[in-house]
Amino acid sequence: MDYGLIIQILDSTLRLATPLLLACLAGMFSERAGVFDIGLEGKMLAAAFLSAAVAAATGSVWLGLLAGIAASLALALLHGVASITFRGDQLISGVAINFLAAGLTVIVGQAWFSLGGRTPPLSGEGRFSEIEWPLAGIINDIPVAGPIYADIISGHTILVYVALLAVPLSWFVLFRTRYGLRLRAVGENPGAVDTAGISVTRLRYGAVLICGLLCGLAGAYLATGLAAGFVKEMTAGRGFIALAALIFAKWRPWHALGACLLFGFLDASAPFLENKDVLGVTIVPQFIQALPYMLTVFILAGFIGRADPPRAGGAAYVKER
Amino acid sequence: MSVETQKGRQDTAALTAPAPAIELRGISKSFGPVQANKDIAIKVAKGTIHGIIGENGAGKSTLMSILYGFYKADKGEILINGDHTDIPDSQAAIAAGIGMVFQHFKLVENFTVLENVVLGAESGPMLRPSLSKARKLLTQLSDEYELSVDPDAKIEDLSVGHQQRVEILKALYRQADILILDEPTGVLTPAEADHLFRILEGLRAQGKTIILITHKLREIMEITDTVSVMRRGQMTATVKTAETNPEQLAELMVGRKVLLQVDKAPAKLGDPILEVENLSVVDGDGVERVKGINFNVRAGEILGIAGVSGNGQSELLEVLAGYGKGTGTIRMNGDTLDLTGTKSDAKTRRKQGIAHVPEDRHAEGLILDFEAWENTALGYIDDPAYNRGLLMDNAAIRKDTEEKMERFDVRPPNPRLAAKNFSGGNQQKIVLAREIERNPDLLLIGQPTRGVDIGAIEFIHKQIVALRDQGKAIILVSVELEEIFSLSDRIAVMFDGHIMGERNPADTDEKELGLLMAGMTTEGA
Repeated sequence: MDYGLIIQILDSTLRLATPLLLACLAGMFSERAGVFDIGLEGKMLAAAFLSAAVAAATGSVWLGLLAGIAASLALALLHGVASITFRGDQLISGVAINFLAAGLTVIVGQAWFSLGGRTPPLSGEGRFSEIEWPLAGIINDIPVAGPIYADIISGHTILVYVALLAVPLSWFVLFRTRYGLRLRAVGENPGAVDTAGISVTRLRYGAVLICGLLCGLAGAYLATGLAAGFVKEMTAGRGFIALAALIFAKWRPWHALGACLLFGFLDASAPFLENKDVLGVTIVPQFIQALPYMLTVFILAGFIGRADPPRAGGAAYVKER
Repeated sequence: MSVETQKGRQDTAALTAPAPAIELRGISKSFGPVQANKDIAIKVAKGTIHGIIGENGAGKSTLMSILYGFYKADKGEILINGDHTDIPDSQAAIAAGIGMVFQHFKLVENFTVLENVVLGAESGPMLRPSLSKARKLLTQLSDEYELSVDPDAKIEDLSVGHQQRVEILKALYRQADILILDEPTGVLTPAEADHLFRILEGLRAQGKTIILITHKLREIMEITDTVSVMRRGQMTATVKTAETNPEQLAELMVGRKVLLQVDKAPAKLGDPILEVENLSVVDGDGVERVKGINFNVRAGEILGIAGVSGNGQSELLEVLAGYGKGTGTIRMNGDTLDLTGTKSDAKTRRKQGIAHVPEDRHAEGLILDFEAWENTALGYIDDPAYNRGLLMDNAAIRKDTEEKMERFDVRPPNPRLAAKNFSGGNQQKIVLAREIERNPDLLLIGQPTRGVDIGAIEFIHKQIVALRDQGKAIILVSVELEEIFSLSDRIAVMFDGHIMGERNPADTDEKELGLLMAGMTTEGA
């Protein structure tokens, strides 16, 4: 394999890992606070649609981004109301959100643009452009190290860098601040938080909304950064891969970065591995698509250490008599 | 009475005597049709240990939850140090200087001691300064009150006694002057309980006010200055501890005279029913829970197994009852039991004459959403009397259940009521009736009176003794030493999967058993 190809794969690894990473961190905040969220997919999808639609309509990607975040926040709030205020089943609420987003995006898209559920293709100010780092053009000529700087580090949209910065920021918030301590506590033992005089409800809503914000970024990146417009079902299971990455990462920010880069790498290298013969066995594309899930199953089965979810996760908090 | 006149009276009282740390006036609270607290009035003097005693469901916990802001009272007022205080939530209770140690600890298990202590009482948005501030204060408090605990240890690695200290430290860190402890000794060894009482005495000496909620008369007598008795949501009496006795308190609690001592004739021992040789049990995580123990039980004998919970008693019961696997030899009436194979199940054990009243009746003894008659058929569903051809004979089961409920004084004696709607004592009677009425040769009974009120305890103890007098063998596992002493004909103490020793109840005392329960041999101590 030649060096140019490796650079190319690593470059797209980063692009493909970005939505996973944002969604994974989103899930981390929610689940660390004890609210399981399989609606990451739906929130991303809604954000992808609305960001592309608004960007297409206004010609401003920034307005699109805000609209995408708003869409995701609205669904996050719905999940919060269902599972925190009304103590509904978190899985059912998440599934409902996924269905809602899958259906609504196509119907509204069709009614709005009459393009079969798509949005018009985005260009210019309607898309996030790639940021060229200083001297990238010159350094690119330096052998080996040059392309690493010019192609892998430089030349991504702002949201890629936001996603990368979100990792240390999440770590800091979760493990170095009062808010993080309380958030982690409410996912482990809400009774302890409640008796300490802190509102369980408020903490969980906060976490769910952070989740919505990050999912909004992830979705907007899909439609306005990675692609140029919305097509139906464009999240293509990324919300679930992000959940798999979250388990793989054992609910830790730096591990999440690793897991998402790994899954992004699998995605990026898929075109080069498909239908190749390895040790006399042909790799079918489905195998590569299934790999993230298989790795997660291995984790869950305890082959690569244990993955213990937050202990109070999945259950609404009810004061005991 | 208007608020003004109350205030006026309060002011004149303040001139003569210091205001009580806590005064409750006319507190009432209902949950739907159930009146949990009815017009409760109580005064707790500063710097005293005030006991609140009552049966399960008497309303003690509800009252304390109101004081801690968990519930809002329907009516009534709360005065803290003579000031009218509104306590809408726990934050307000903490601000008023009230700290609470719950029966089930409110700790985050995978956090450190320090993190648990600062949670909710951090000094700023950043964690580190809060933690280092707490570390200093914790060291100080530890020295002052015998509350030593490693600040960097994770809660899940601490013993129950140490976890409780963390709860107390949490309250003190929040500068609580009034400390409420709900059934604090239920999970402690006698030595740990003694240590706790020393801590409480130290706190009292520093002027703290302590409210101790318990159903154990002995503790009330041992440590409190004043005691209030609750029955059916009402405060029936408040007396000075020095001027009362356990018999009087029990009568106040139950509303009738109660026999605190179990009346039993000397045991008439028969042949060994159960012989256990070199029994070991390894749990699902590969940890050896029971480590090569030997014992036997004879006909007409109650073998009490004492020990702090989690020292292998549960696993022992599970193997004997047929739903845990083990290695070694167990003979029942001379026949070797299958411990690992296809015959090691609860059904086969029942046929071999072993009945089992599990330790946790909610998890293993009953299906709470099932009605009493369905629960009575559990495990005995193959009984021909319960069947008609391929179908269950529901009418027959209900009739049988009704008769059993009558004989065991289950209230209400309604077989169509779901198990969850009975009180703890009546639930236990349903399980007990199911098992004892099968006339087993061996009864395994775990924690027979956990969460059961005094009146029902008396009844359950009588049933156990009656079964023994019929010449049956009984293995009683209990963490309540008093229960072990009053029922057992022989006592075995378990610690860390071993039997530390067997004692005749007449030749031993709580102190010696306490040492054995803590893993110390009496020769060494």
